[in-house]
Amino acid sequence: MSIRISKSTILLDTKPSVLSYAAIVGKKEGEGPLARHFDVICDDTTLGEETWEKAESQMQRNAVSKALEKAKLSSADLELLFAGDLLNQCISSSYGLRDLQVPFYGLYGACSTMAESLGLISIFADNQLVTYGAAVTSSHFCTAERQFRQPLEYGGQRAPTAQWTVTGSGAVIVGQSNKPPYVKAVTIGKIVDLGVKDINNMGAAMAPAAADTIGTYLKDTKTNPGDYDLILTGDLGTVGSDLLIDLLKHDQIDISQVHNDCGKLIYDLESQDVHAGGSGCGCAASVLCAYILKRISEGVLKNVLFVATGALMSTTSFQQGESIPGIAHLVHLSDHK
Amino acid sequence: MNLTPNEYQEMTKKASPGTKSYKTIPMAFLIGGLICSFGQFLTNLYQELGMSLDIASAVTSVSLIFIAALLTGLNLYNKIAKFAGAGTLVPITGFSNSVVAPALEFKSEGYILGLGAKLFIISGPVIVYGITASAVYGLILYLFKLY
Amino acid sequence: MELFLEYFYPFLVGGILCAIGQVLIDYTKLTPARILVAYVVTGVILGGIGWYQPLVDFAGAGATVPLTGFGYLLAKGVKRAVSEQGLLGVLTGGFTAAAAGIAAAIIFGFIIALIFKPKDKS
Repeated sequence: MSIRISKSTILLDTKPSVLSYAAIVGKKEGEGPLARHFDVICDDTTLGEETWEKAESQMQRNAVSKALEKAKLSSADLELLFAGDLLNQCISSSYGLRDLQVPFYGLYGACSTMAESLGLISIFADNQLVTYGAAVTSSHFCTAERQFRQPLEYGGQRAPTAQWTVTGSGAVIVGQSNKPPYVKAVTIGKIVDLGVKDINNMGAAMAPAAADTIGTYLKDTKTNPGDYDLILTGDLGTVGSDLLIDLLKHDQIDISQVHNDCGKLIYDLESQDVHAGGSGCGCAASVLCAYILKRISEGVLKNVLFVATGALMSTTSFQQGESIPGIAHLVHLSDHK
Repeated sequence: MNLTPNEYQEMTKKASPGTKSYKTIPMAFLIGGLICSFGQFLTNLYQELGMSLDIASAVTSVSLIFIAALLTGLNLYNKIAKFAGAGTLVPITGFSNSVVAPALEFKSEGYILGLGAKLFIISGPVIVYGITASAVYGLILYLFKLY
Repeated sequence: MELFLEYFYPFLVGGILCAIGQVLIDYTKLTPARILVAYVVTGVILGGIGWYQPLVDFAGAGATVPLTGFGYLLAKGVKRAVSEQGLLGVLTGGFTAAAAGIAAAIIFGFIIALIFKPKDKS
């Protein structure tokens, strides 16, 4: 049974395994440095669908199917799905997964949803509530632009601090096994808002939440950044990453040696013109499911703190002049039980 | 963490790179200037074809609006705008782009509530405030008999 | 030389108006939509107090093509309509002057939206 060791942190007693994982991405991501790790690269980001929303739904469905296939399971074996995306009412998840006929919890944690869903399904697996469960999230550049920013054909310049929404989806199947990666602990993030209002600087809005969650976890488990090979944040990008390191330095925690960020890993920041890096639910999900979990399975990475970050605003709150609340959920992944 | 929002704002400002204005401002000047010169070329051309200056100016606007609309449809306007910034925003071509882009984008939500309703989602305020300002001006003219 | 200046003045004035817009984008929190609104309203005011006409005489399309020129056109239209129709002109002047531009944007926007498909950015 899972043990709650503080207000925020839960240790998983049985240490459930990530049985399989799959990542599907779009063309731009497929031209980035992680290209060879993705399961599928969709050069046509419409995926043959009429609308961008349908394309994103299909991407999410394909990610689950691929992960099931790799685990030699079918959707009939799946007992629970946690899923989410960035669109209003999470339509990518609900439309993408409706035909699977699997018990479904839809989640909204903005770009933190991959850690949120992975954490939840791991807790369920740890308490023997499910044999096989799945977590999946997605984002699509075109659906996100349409909903949050401008029409795609509208001519404008992006701010240097702006991030590029990843077209991609990642899915994991979680259950009990003797093979790594294992999920050892989960920290549930708090909503943190230090008053950032700039919608073109989401990294800055989310960095305080990441700092809070990482600080909490290290304190709760009495460990140091040096105990981990990698502290991987979701999509802070370059600006948010620098701020995170600075924020933790205020609390005498130095993560600069072990920190990296999915938003920095997924694109070549020099040549791909993405300004401060990648963002979106699909950013953390596809980097985790393509690259990080593989490296843990191989034993190259031994202890990883996966900290997906989310900005919890909407277009309405933004237009009403509200600041952007951030959240970060943490999952401790390891190559040993 | 015991930072105040103000302290964090300072940190954010330091960590965030600024726009490369040494590039963006000359580019806006160059492209915007070229669009206006091209407009002048059209105006001269139309005048030579026998139109009065007022008509030629209006037809020039319409021509520029058409060209920008076509470039928007071909997915080229935003590529130019990436470099030109305000150079493609401020001329009448930017107005055209701001009408065509949402119309095209939201077609997937239907011809009435998508294309039709969203057509003015960006440029609507320009018309609202432009017409309102002109009516205020007109009212002043009328009340103070300045015409 | 005369031919050069005929195109140089529009280039210069149009370029400067755009460069001011870029300064607003880079150094203020103004969104593009707000900048466009500001340009049009500024054009109406400058047109109204008679300061924009000399710029139009000097730079031609350099002053009429930027959105301030659209505002100037509105002001000019209202002035004419008020002198011809009195109070009714307050309402009709602006739209009458802007009719070609607005109708062109609507019609071309409609046609282009019908013909083309939205594409991803890379």
